[in-house]
Amino acid sequence: MSKPRQKADRGTLKTVLLYLKPYWAQALLSVLLSAVTVALTLYVPVLIGRAIDRIVGPGQVELSEILRLLTRIGVIVAATAAVQWLVSTINNHITYQVVRDVRDQAFRHLQILPLSYIDAHPVGGIVSSVIADVDQFADGLLLGFTQLFTGAVTILGTLGFMISIRPGIAAVVVLLTPLSFVVARFIATHTYSYFKQQSETRAEQTAFIDEMLGNQKVVKAFGQEEKSLERFDEINGRLEKCSLKAIFYSSLTNPCTRFVNNLVYAGVALSGALVCVATAGTAAPFTVGALSALLSYANQYTKPFNEISGVVTELQNALACASRVFKLIAQPPQIPDAADARELNEASGQVEISGVAFSYTPDRPLIENLNLHVQPGQRVAIVGPTGCGKTTLINLLMRFYDVDRGAIAVEGTDIRRITRRSLRANYGMVLQETWLKAGTVRENLTLGKPDATEEEIVAACRAAHAHGFIRRLPQGYDTFIGEDGGQLSQGQKQLLCIARIMLCLPPMLILDEATSSIDTRTEIRIQQAFDTLMRGRTTFIVAHRLSTIREADIILVMRDGHIVEQGKHEELLKKNGFYAKLYNSQFAA
Amino acid sequence: MRKLLIYLRDYRRESVLGPLFKLLEAGFELIVPLVVAAIIDHGIGAGDRGYILRMCLVLVALGLVGLLCSVTAQYFAAKASVGFVAKLRHALYAHIQRFSYQTLDRVGVSTLITRMTSDMNQVQTGLNLTLRLLLRSPFVVFGAMIMAFTIDSRAALWFAAAIPALSVVVFGIMLISIPLYKKVQELLDRVLGATRENLTGVRALRAFGKEESEISAFDEKNEALTAMQKRVGRISAAMNPLTYVIINLMILLLIHTGAVRVQAGIITQGAVVALYNYMSQILVELIKLANLIITITKSVACGNRIQRVLEIPAGETAQEAGAAGDAACRVQFIHAGIRYSEAGDTSLTDVNLAVRPGETVGVIGGTGSGKTTLVNLIPRFYEATEGQVLVDGQDVRSIDPSPLRQRIGIAPQKAVLFQSSIRENLRWGNGEADDDEIMRAVRDAQAADVVEAKGGLDAMIEQGGRNLSGGQRQRLTIARALVRRPDILILDDSSSALDFATDAALRKSLRELDYHPTVFIVSQRTSSIQHADQIVVLDDGRVAGVGTHAQLLADCPVYQEIHASQFRKEAAQV
Repeated sequence: MSKPRQKADRGTLKTVLLYLKPYWAQALLSVLLSAVTVALTLYVPVLIGRAIDRIVGPGQVELSEILRLLTRIGVIVAATAAVQWLVSTINNHITYQVVRDVRDQAFRHLQILPLSYIDAHPVGGIVSSVIADVDQFADGLLLGFTQLFTGAVTILGTLGFMISIRPGIAAVVVLLTPLSFVVARFIATHTYSYFKQQSETRAEQTAFIDEMLGNQKVVKAFGQEEKSLERFDEINGRLEKCSLKAIFYSSLTNPCTRFVNNLVYAGVALSGALVCVATAGTAAPFTVGALSALLSYANQYTKPFNEISGVVTELQNALACASRVFKLIAQPPQIPDAADARELNEASGQVEISGVAFSYTPDRPLIENLNLHVQPGQRVAIVGPTGCGKTTLINLLMRFYDVDRGAIAVEGTDIRRITRRSLRANYGMVLQETWLKAGTVRENLTLGKPDATEEEIVAACRAAHAHGFIRRLPQGYDTFIGEDGGQLSQGQKQLLCIARIMLCLPPMLILDEATSSIDTRTEIRIQQAFDTLMRGRTTFIVAHRLSTIREADIILVMRDGHIVEQGKHEELLKKNGFYAKLYNSQFAA
Repeated sequence: MRKLLIYLRDYRRESVLGPLFKLLEAGFELIVPLVVAAIIDHGIGAGDRGYILRMCLVLVALGLVGLLCSVTAQYFAAKASVGFVAKLRHALYAHIQRFSYQTLDRVGVSTLITRMTSDMNQVQTGLNLTLRLLLRSPFVVFGAMIMAFTIDSRAALWFAAAIPALSVVVFGIMLISIPLYKKVQELLDRVLGATRENLTGVRALRAFGKEESEISAFDEKNEALTAMQKRVGRISAAMNPLTYVIINLMILLLIHTGAVRVQAGIITQGAVVALYNYMSQILVELIKLANLIITITKSVACGNRIQRVLEIPAGETAQEAGAAGDAACRVQFIHAGIRYSEAGDTSLTDVNLAVRPGETVGVIGGTGSGKTTLVNLIPRFYEATEGQVLVDGQDVRSIDPSPLRQRIGIAPQKAVLFQSSIRENLRWGNGEADDDEIMRAVRDAQAADVVEAKGGLDAMIEQGGRNLSGGQRQRLTIARALVRRPDILILDDSSSALDFATDAALRKSLRELDYHPTVFIVSQRTSSIQHADQIVVLDDGRVAGVGTHAQLLADCPVYQEIHASQFRKEAAQV
C-alpha cells in the first residue's frame, strides 16, 4: 500500500470518528460490554473442564459438585447471551445512526453544491456515492464494530486463560498461530493481481454489454449480431480464465488456515497429553479437564485471526467507500448568499447585463463582454442552432453559475447581492427538457406555490391549455405520474410545466420554444399559453419561430457558445451576417 | 433455474467430484474428536507417551489429507461455477442477439443488462458455494450426531434434541428477517429515488427554491429506512445469543448424562470429551448453512430471472411468402398496418404506397403519429400485422432478414455511435469498405468537417459518442448508412440537430448519389421533405394524405396545418 493512500485512509478514519462522536457514550458501553462477554465466554470452557475432571471413571464421579458447576455455567451462559444481544443492538444502533447522519449530510450538501459540480458529474455516480457507497460503509462499520474489537479481546483473553492454565502449552499456541496469519497474507497478496485482473475484465465486459445491448436495435439494423457475439465471446473467454484463477486461489485461504489450525490443535494435544502423563500423581497434576479447556481455546484462538484478516479487508473497502462520500461532502459549496443580500420582491423586470464574461473551463472562453439592457416587459429572443449554448445564458440569469467578470443586475442590484431564493422566485422557467417529479399531477403543479387553492390550480391549467388533458387522465389532478413524466407525452409535460409557472406568475420568464418533437396541435396550444404568459413580463425566450423572433425587442444570436450578433430583426438582416444566413436558410423558400 | 443446469453438462465431473472431496474432508474432520478421546483414554490413562505421539501424528495426517481434499474440491467447484456461468453468459448473449425489435421493446434493455451482469455474478457465487458447502454442512451436523450415537446412544439423544432446536432458531430467524430485509431494500430504493430525482431535477427544484422541503422529504425517507434497519438488526442480533444458549444448555445436559454414565462404568472420560467436541462442531456448521441458504435463495432467484429471458422465443426467420406485388416497385405497402402486441390500438393502419427505385419519399406527422413505425416495417424490424410490405415485389416476411437488411441503410432517430475509432464505427455499414469509400460517404453526409475536426478516421469516439455534438453524431450516423451504398436509404428524423443550411446541403448531396438509392426521409419539418417525389402525411397512425408538396398543400388539411405552423404564416408576414 502506498503512503499517500495510507494518509488518505487516516483522513477518512478521522472523519468517521467525527461522525461517531455523538454516540461516544454508547460506543464506550458497547466496548465495555463486549469485553465482558468475551471474558464470560472464555470462562465457560474452564468450568466445563473442571466438571470433566470430576468424571474420571466408574466410582470416581462427584455428581453433586458437577451439578453445582453446571448450574454456575448455566447462569453465566444466560448472562453472556443477554449481554451479547445488548452489544449487537447497540452496535446496530450506532451504525445505522451514523449512516443516517452521513446520508442526511450528503443530501443537505447536494442542495448547496454549485451546479458546475452537478453538471460535471454523472447523476449515477453521485447517487451511487450516497446510496451504494454508504451502504458498503455501513456493512464495514458494523463488521468492524462487532468483530474487530471482540476479535482482539478474544485473542488476548484466550491467551491469558491459556497462560493461566499452562504457560508452556500456551507458548506452543503462540508460536504456531502466526503461521496462519502468514499463510493468509501470502495467499491474499498473491491473489490480489488475479482479483484486479478479474474486476478489470468484468468492468470491460459490463461496459461492452451496456453499450451493445443498450443499442441492440442499431446492432440489428446493421446486421452486426455475429460480430457483436464474437467480441463478447472474446471478453467472456478472458473473464472465464482470470475468474477461475481469482476464485480458486482466493478459496485456498480457508483450507490453508484451517490446516494451520489443525497443526495448532495437534500441538496442544501432544504437549498437553505429555504434560498430563508427566504430572500424573504429582501435587499439581495437569488434568484432562484442563486439557479439554485448552483444546477448545486452541480452536477459539485461531478463529479471530482469520476473522480479523477478513475484517481488515472489509474495513479497507468500507473506508474507500466512505472516502468517496466524504469527498462529495467536502466539495466546496456554492458561495453562500451575502450577509446583507437583499430579498427581491415582485421585481418590475428590469435586467442589466454589463461586461459579462463567462466560461465553463478557463481554456475555452465562451461569453466575452456581453452587454444587454432589458426594460420591464421587454422580450429577448435567443436564436441559434441547437447546441449553441442557450443554456449558458439561462444558467447565468438564474445564477446557477456565477459570472467570471462583469455583473448581472436586476432592479439595479447585482444579483450576487440578492438572495438566490428570492431571485429565482422572480423567474418562471419552462425548458424543453421538462422535469417532473414522481408524484401526482397536483403535486407537480403546486411545486412553486404549495398553498394554491383548487380554483387557482384549475384556472392556471385552463390558461395553460392543460386542463383538458389533465381531466382526461385516469384520476384527473390526482393521477400519479412516474419520474420524468411517465406516460405523458413530451408536449403534455411541457404544458404541465407551463401551468406550474402560470400558477405563480413571476414577473420574469425564461422560456424555451418547442422545436420538433411536439405535434402541431400541441405546439399551437403551447404557443398560445406562452403568449398569455408573456403578456407584460420581461421574457428571455429561446426562439425557433419566426413570429416570436420578429416580435422580440432584442435578438441575441448565439453560435458555439458565443454571442455573435445582437439587435432587432431588421437591423440584423441589414447587417447580412450569421443571423441573415440563418434566416435565409430557414425561412426563405 | 432447473433448465439452466444443462449448461453444467460439460462440468458434470467437476460438479460431482467437488462436493465429494468436500465430504471426504468433512469426514476426516469428524474423526478428530475420536482420536482425542483415544489420547485421553489410552494415552494419558495408560501413560503411554509413544501412543500419544503416534495419535498426534494421526491428527496432523488427518489435517494434511483434509487440506488436499479441500483444495481439490475448491478447484473443481471454481472450475464448474466459472465455466458454467461463462457458458450461460454466452448462451444468453447469443439468445438476445436473436431477439426481434418487438421482443426488445417488451423485455426492456435495462432488464437485459442486469441479467447479463449482476444476476450472472450472483449465480456464479451461489453455484460455487453450493458445490463447496451445501453437502458439507448437513454432513457434518448429522455426521457429528451419528458419531455421538456410536459413542453412547443415551448421551447422543441430546444431539437429537439440539439439532431441531437449533434449526428452529436459525431458520426461524432467517425466515422472519428475509421479508424484512426486502422491506429494507424497498426503503433504500425510495431513498435512492429521492436522491436521483433531486439531481435530475436540480434546476427546476432550485428555480422554485425547494431545497428545504426536499431536505425534509429526504429526511423522512431516510428515517424510515434507519428505523427498519434497526428493527431487522434487533431480530437478527438474537441469532447468536439464542444459539449460544441452546448449545451450552445441551452441553450441560450432555455432561450431566455423561457423568452418570461414567459413574455406571458405561463410557469413559475421553468419550465425554469427544461428545462435548462434537456438540461444538454442530453450531458452527448450522450457522454456515443458514448463511449459505440465504445466498443460494438469492442465486436461485437470479437464475430464474435468467431462465425466463432464455425462455422468451427468439429468432426471425423467413415465413411463407405472401402474394407477390409489383416487381417494378422498390418498396410497396399494401393495406399495411401494425398493432404492437401490448397496446390495444393499432399504431399504424392501412398504408398504401408504391415507391419506384431512386424515388425520394418524405414521411411527416406529429409525435406518435407512426412515422418511425412505417419505415421500420421496411427492414422488417417490426412485422406488419395486417396487409403487406414488399421490397422488389417480395413480401418482406418471406425474405431472410439479414440479406434484406444488407440492402438497406438506416440512420435511426437516436444517433448512436460506439466506443471505437470513427473508421470502425463507419465500417458497421460495410465491413469491407476502404478509406476512400468511407471518406466518400463521409463527404456525402456533410461530415467531412467532423472527421477533420476530430483528427481523421482513426480518432476515437467515446462511449455513447460523448465527445461529439448532436449534429456531429447525426451526420456520422448518416455516413455510416451511406458506406454500404444501400438500395434503400432511411433517414429517421436524423437531421433534426443540423442547422438549416447543412440540412439543405445534405439533401442536395443525397439527390446526387451515383447509385441512386430509394430514400425515405422522416421529418417533422416540411422544409426537409418538400422536394420529395411523394410525401406521406401521418396523423395518429392513419395516412392523412399522399402526394407531392403542391398536391398536399392543395388538398390535405393536416399537411396544410403543419406547413402553416412552420412556414407559410410567417413567410406571409415577412
